[in-house]
Amino acid sequence: METNQKENAPTNVVGKPLDRVDGPAKVTGAARYSAEINVPGTVHGVLKTSTIAKGRITSIDTSRAAKEPGILNIFTHENLPKPAKTPKQIEKWRAAQSYLPMQDNQIQYAGQPVALVVATTLEAATQAAALIKVTYQVETPIDSYLDPKAELFDPQKIQSGKKDAHVVRGNPQQAYDGAALKHEATYVHAINHHSPMESAATLAVWEGADKLTVYEASQNVTMHQGNLAELLGMPREQIRVVTKYIGGGFGCKGSFWPHTILTVLAARAVNRPVKLALTRQQMFTGVGHREDQEQTLKLGATADGKLVSIVHTKKATTSPWDNYTESNGKIMDMLYACENYSTVYELARANVMTSVWMRAPGEGPGSFALESSMDDLANQLNIDPLEIRLRNYADHDHSNGKPWSSKSLKQCYTRGAELFGWDKRNPKPGQTRRGRMLVGHGMASATYPVHSSQGTARVRLFADGHAVVEAGATDLGTGTYTVMTQVSADALGLPPEKIRFELGDTRLPTAPGSGGSVAAGTVASSIMAAAQDVWDKMVKMAVADKKSPLYKAKPTDVKVELGRMFLIKDPKKGETLVAALGRSGQPDIEGSGTGRYGAGYEEKNFGQNGADPNNDNKEKKTGGHSMHSFGAHFCEVEVDPDLGTIRVTRWVGVHGAGTVLNLKTATSQMTGGAIYGIGAALMEDTFRDPNFARYTNADLAGYHVPVNADIPNMQVEFVPETDPYINLLGVKGIGELGMVGVTAAVANAVFNATGRRLRSLPMTPDKVLEAMRLPA
Amino acid sequence: MNNFSYIQADKAKEATAAKRDDKSAAFIAGGTTLLDLMKSNVENHDQLIDVNLLPFRGIEMTKDGLRIGALERMSDVGAHPLVAQQFPAVAESLLLAASAQLRNMASIGGNVLQRTRCGYFRDTAFPCNKREPGTGCPALEGDNRNLAILGTSETCIATSYPGDLSVALIALDAVLTLENAKGKQRQVPITKFYLLPGTTPQRETVLEADELIVAVTIPQTEAARKSKYLKVRDRASYAYALVSAAVGLEVQGGTIRAARVALGGVGAQPWRCSEAEKMLVGKPATEATFRAAAELALRGAKPREHNAYKIEMAKNTLVRALSEVAV
Repeated sequence: METNQKENAPTNVVGKPLDRVDGPAKVTGAARYSAEINVPGTVHGVLKTSTIAKGRITSIDTSRAAKEPGILNIFTHENLPKPAKTPKQIEKWRAAQSYLPMQDNQIQYAGQPVALVVATTLEAATQAAALIKVTYQVETPIDSYLDPKAELFDPQKIQSGKKDAHVVRGNPQQAYDGAALKHEATYVHAINHHSPMESAATLAVWEGADKLTVYEASQNVTMHQGNLAELLGMPREQIRVVTKYIGGGFGCKGSFWPHTILTVLAARAVNRPVKLALTRQQMFTGVGHREDQEQTLKLGATADGKLVSIVHTKKATTSPWDNYTESNGKIMDMLYACENYSTVYELARANVMTSVWMRAPGEGPGSFALESSMDDLANQLNIDPLEIRLRNYADHDHSNGKPWSSKSLKQCYTRGAELFGWDKRNPKPGQTRRGRMLVGHGMASATYPVHSSQGTARVRLFADGHAVVEAGATDLGTGTYTVMTQVSADALGLPPEKIRFELGDTRLPTAPGSGGSVAAGTVASSIMAAAQDVWDKMVKMAVADKKSPLYKAKPTDVKVELGRMFLIKDPKKGETLVAALGRSGQPDIEGSGTGRYGAGYEEKNFGQNGADPNNDNKEKKTGGHSMHSFGAHFCEVEVDPDLGTIRVTRWVGVHGAGTVLNLKTATSQMTGGAIYGIGAALMEDTFRDPNFARYTNADLAGYHVPVNADIPNMQVEFVPETDPYINLLGVKGIGELGMVGVTAAVANAVFNATGRRLRSLPMTPDKVLEAMRLPA
Repeated sequence: MNNFSYIQADKAKEATAAKRDDKSAAFIAGGTTLLDLMKSNVENHDQLIDVNLLPFRGIEMTKDGLRIGALERMSDVGAHPLVAQQFPAVAESLLLAASAQLRNMASIGGNVLQRTRCGYFRDTAFPCNKREPGTGCPALEGDNRNLAILGTSETCIATSYPGDLSVALIALDAVLTLENAKGKQRQVPITKFYLLPGTTPQRETVLEADELIVAVTIPQTEAARKSKYLKVRDRASYAYALVSAAVGLEVQGGTIRAARVALGGVGAQPWRCSEAEKMLVGKPATEATFRAAAELALRGAKPREHNAYKIEMAKNTLVRALSEVAV
């Protein structure tokens, strides 16, 4: 069952900056990541990938490779056993890329798997892969939407058909044409790669012909299980997917990629467990990327800066088969009060693999365009960047007319400005120097939706005062283990060390994966619902137990808080769950529950129109609430006008994200989100050669992510926020929020420092120097 | 990476003879460059000759200058007080390079022999004249943002040496001591050690197949004592230079008496700017002088689509570095 709480229940450990419960296992090496799992008899798989981006394989010579010691098999499209279905034949294919390589001799992108070597040692498999000689008939590839050979097309739908490629609200073009103030600009975003520390990996273990266990670096074990079941034509119950620890994912482990099924098929063929981890280079062509893209944004405003029209278009590269592209328009539709809005997506097919969601997909690049343009508007009007945002503050969601379930953006602006010392900012660009450096201050807003999600959990409370709590969620390294331990501890009234929280296994109750910022809120609510199931059972037991202080009480008169049952009218009368259970003679008690996150929760507890049935003040808004987290970033940069380098020297981020489950892990996650954004702002850029459609910097020496020296002391705070509509605990996910607006905050600070507007990411020294050559 | 045999040499002659007898062998010291290249199959050696036990150690002042054993580690040399005080450009070039872990492993001799970071060279899927002579140079029309604008040829525009140390060494007229399989040593000024690509970009140095670098000697000069290494890169640490400058000045009464100027990141090899040096001598140590020297240093630069920015960046880097050592 699931009980609506109008206000947050008292907490003991929820919210506290508890150290990570998995910390000791990680620092001592006891935590085993997927590629570190050892199963007896495991052999090693290594992929050989295509050197060309387009054409076909004319021959594969494996004769030299086969002579390496310990080679069990070398699979190519000629001998790899076929899956029961290919992704194209699967109606419910839950992944960005629908193309499965090694089914024929066609080559569609550079880095596409062409062979899989299985050997008794990793070294032998690696060397054998190098010795395979593949001969290609090469065709000229298309490298991107900028390729003269590329043709832009209207995809109608984007993201596997889930979203419209055209959205119109009001009459945007007319409103723009008639606007007193007009602003138009084009923004370019480089190709980005997720680049988690742990590379993608699969260990496939067949336990008989129809039973499979896969240890996968997965952000979503249920997704991997479902796709494998479809591909293999097996009932999903026969497939177990396990992911106990993840070394970062940022989205790339939340989709299904070829290496997983290729490893599974190879393992079945060699009849041995096969372990395969992508090399760092293969990570650039094996698990998607953020697509190369440009956006043109037109803002129309009244003479005092109130938006009247937002006209957005996006062009981007996509793969030969899929129409994936980030939904950049979403944030433009709802962040500000504006009655007229449109977005149009145009894609071009190129010889690249399908791109995929990467931290803050859509909101990341979208906010770069929107929040940069808003900064320009403020400058045009000679008003503070905060002021333009306040003038356009959306007191409800203009994209759908709904009221916000909660919104603390104003508080974030105020608190952020205070922490940063925004009032000391020099509004005139290019005027502030620190030695040779130009100093600038910039800010931007952040927001991310509360997507609808649901999941289940199981709680088993033992009479000796410990509990096992289970949900098939995943922990990206951001703290799922820890925060769920805290939620469980408070729900059962136990200290956190008495809780064992298990995740990352399809045998556990089904939970959403870590993606779209839904995990924390959904899983926490599921655990709470499962705990409430235990409460109900315990209350029933207590009121029937002569020895209980609650004997003969009506169950509806009993309340449970922090693991103690008591009479609402006489709170002194009561006892703990553990005390009652101990007396019962029962060794344990189990509860299970379904947690809902977002709209699904609201519909169940408040009805379709979001009205609280227990609330006399009945709001009559249709369709419930719009649910978003919000925040604000404030940034200081130093720009070297002669050398072109930008250094972020100060950072303040203040966010309103509902209940914060653990102040320490949440602060770390928001800090990490900002650092991820600083990477996109200043250095992350994968170069795809225009003639070969192949990356030229596919490793971590060539693809720069921020190092410690790039990052100043980061200050992150949360403003208190209670939201009864979004889930049982009022939690808003924070996986993406911290990154949204970051690139714009940096660009706005660079503008304030130099008087130059950089609209192409990343803002590397060459681009800064080019901008500095132009008049301010 | 292919299978290879491994020997550890106790004596120089043992190492150099083994190398002479096996054309496919390579010396290994820190291995920080070599292992990467072997793992990506850019280099395939059937034998590795470990030279770490050879007595090419020591950091000491001699009559010819500071002598650094080729097997000294970057971190040790960078932190050495003699280097820091008498040759700051050398110390800075070492400490601004790579990461702490790499600096702890990488040897001075190996550093001088680093190979290019050109993405086409380091990925065997691409043609590359340096890796496979005659196959072509996709960098000409491709990703050349990090590549050279001086000393290039139509066959290769790589910054063949991508590192930092040799830029400082070339500015300060360092001399390499080489030893061959006959046990014979020769001295090669580092200004003559590197080869321009021309039509043979695969030939990068004058080092013979059986030769080992024994030591580096840097003459002690006033300009070396007042030297600086300035590095511009895409992130604050652990990145190769887009542009770097190693400069040294001897200034008396506001007039430049001696100048040492070299650039990294712009030349097909570490780039000594002799004309700029000549021009600087006798001139007042002012920004206008430095600007004129920078113009001279970049004269004849041949940019490509993505690296034209290096001209201005290099000029500004030189002016900045010279201004800072002139103080």
